[in-house]
Amino acid sequence: MPSLGADMEEGKLVEWLVKPGDRVSKGDIVAVVETQKGAIEIEIFEASEIGALLAEPGQMLPVGAPLARLGAAGDKDIAAVPAGARVTAPTAPAPEPALKPPAEPVVPVAGAPAPAATKGGTVLASPAARASAAELGIALEAVTGSGPSGAILLSDIERHVPAPATSVAELAPEGRPKGKPGLDMTEMRRAIAAAMSRSKREIPHYYLSHDIDLQTAQDWLTATNAGRTPDQRLLMGAILIGAVVRALAKVPELNGRFEAELFAPSTAVHCGLAVAMRGGGLIAPAIPDAQGMDLDAIMQAMRDMIARTRTGRLRNSEITQGTITISSLGESGVDALFGVIYPPQVALVGFGTPRLRPMVREGRVELRLAVTATLAADHRVSDGRRGALFLAQMNRLLQEPESL
Amino acid sequence: MTLDEIRATFIADLIAVAPDIDAESLRDNDHLQDDLGLDSMDFLNLVSALHKRLGLPIPEADYPRLATTAKAVAYLDQALAG
Repeated sequence: MPSLGADMEEGKLVEWLVKPGDRVSKGDIVAVVETQKGAIEIEIFEASEIGALLAEPGQMLPVGAPLARLGAAGDKDIAAVPAGARVTAPTAPAPEPALKPPAEPVVPVAGAPAPAATKGGTVLASPAARASAAELGIALEAVTGSGPSGAILLSDIERHVPAPATSVAELAPEGRPKGKPGLDMTEMRRAIAAAMSRSKREIPHYYLSHDIDLQTAQDWLTATNAGRTPDQRLLMGAILIGAVVRALAKVPELNGRFEAELFAPSTAVHCGLAVAMRGGGLIAPAIPDAQGMDLDAIMQAMRDMIARTRTGRLRNSEITQGTITISSLGESGVDALFGVIYPPQVALVGFGTPRLRPMVREGRVELRLAVTATLAADHRVSDGRRGALFLAQMNRLLQEPESL
Repeated sequence: MTLDEIRATFIADLIAVAPDIDAESLRDNDHLQDDLGLDSMDFLNLVSALHKRLGLPIPEADYPRLATTAKAVAYLDQALAG
């Protein structure tokens, strides 16, 4: 069971799309897993042959539990792997698969809650559960664990805490919130809460804002779209993404991932988009390799990704490998959005709602379409001066939309 | 196409774009963006679907005429006749 986010502890196998003996190539979709972010398609991390399927559809499995046994394509000995051998699940970025020594019986299933299990006097608990318990001042011994061997999971800690007077679900009109079928809004709220709390706990944010004249870009967009059928038209959102991606080339320390106390800049821009779910909540899947895309390609990728986020399925690489995120209020919001960085990324670019404003242009005040662009960035990695350079570069690029 | 057929077509495409909208409770004067929560991408997908189905160009300048179901039915009727 791959980790599909820093705070994921378990996932439910929904279905297999392969069977033993099937040959698969890197990136093929082999299974569907249900998580707090909805159903996610799981891609295989290397070319191989499916040896044995170890998990059954419907099973809830902790992160790291084996789903299937793989062998090299054509490997006759796959079936000879000792029973109980574990194949590690891929995490992002996909590592080399490694064989772990035979361990406890495979496929632990979350069953009836058991009293807190101890091992050598220490209560068994996941790191996330431990951190959360410490923060909330809860004694682990008092919590009932539902994980493997009775280990305490983050969800157990959350169950232990009295529910707030008003839950998110209750805030929605007509009882049960509407949204994507199969998506549990309470669970999604919990996933957002966990990621955002971690961000504010670990990342020293700094914020910058800049008002950008969008009139030139709007005029160019209107002229471009006039000659196109609806399915070929561009949205302002695609132009803004294009400008962000290009501007990152000048300030690469905003693009990458901060993991294990180390920032790893990325040459590829896997550009995350915070997509609001109809009915509440949001998911931020990433457009892979946006650095090589023109506006038409960005528009197509954005269209496809938003549709799949809201009504279909995302792939695990799309939700785990983002290197920066863009959050935009769209057409009917307010002036500015100051975002919370999505860990382990190091920057988030926010766009308010574009509207007509008095702007000074060549010494005169004119009514122009303008947008407030903001940057929330990680002070461990970059400083305000570099962040300012990024926003200024974005402004320059947006004055020449035809060059994007 | 009759007005009823146009209306049924429009609502079918609207619900394909935003599956959580309940056809039963949809009112003709609901504003697609303000009341039903469509964003610019949803709206473009709706316009694309109508274009594909009805063969109408639907230029951007006409978007305000699709702001509600009632307005859209009148607009599409006129465009199909023209």
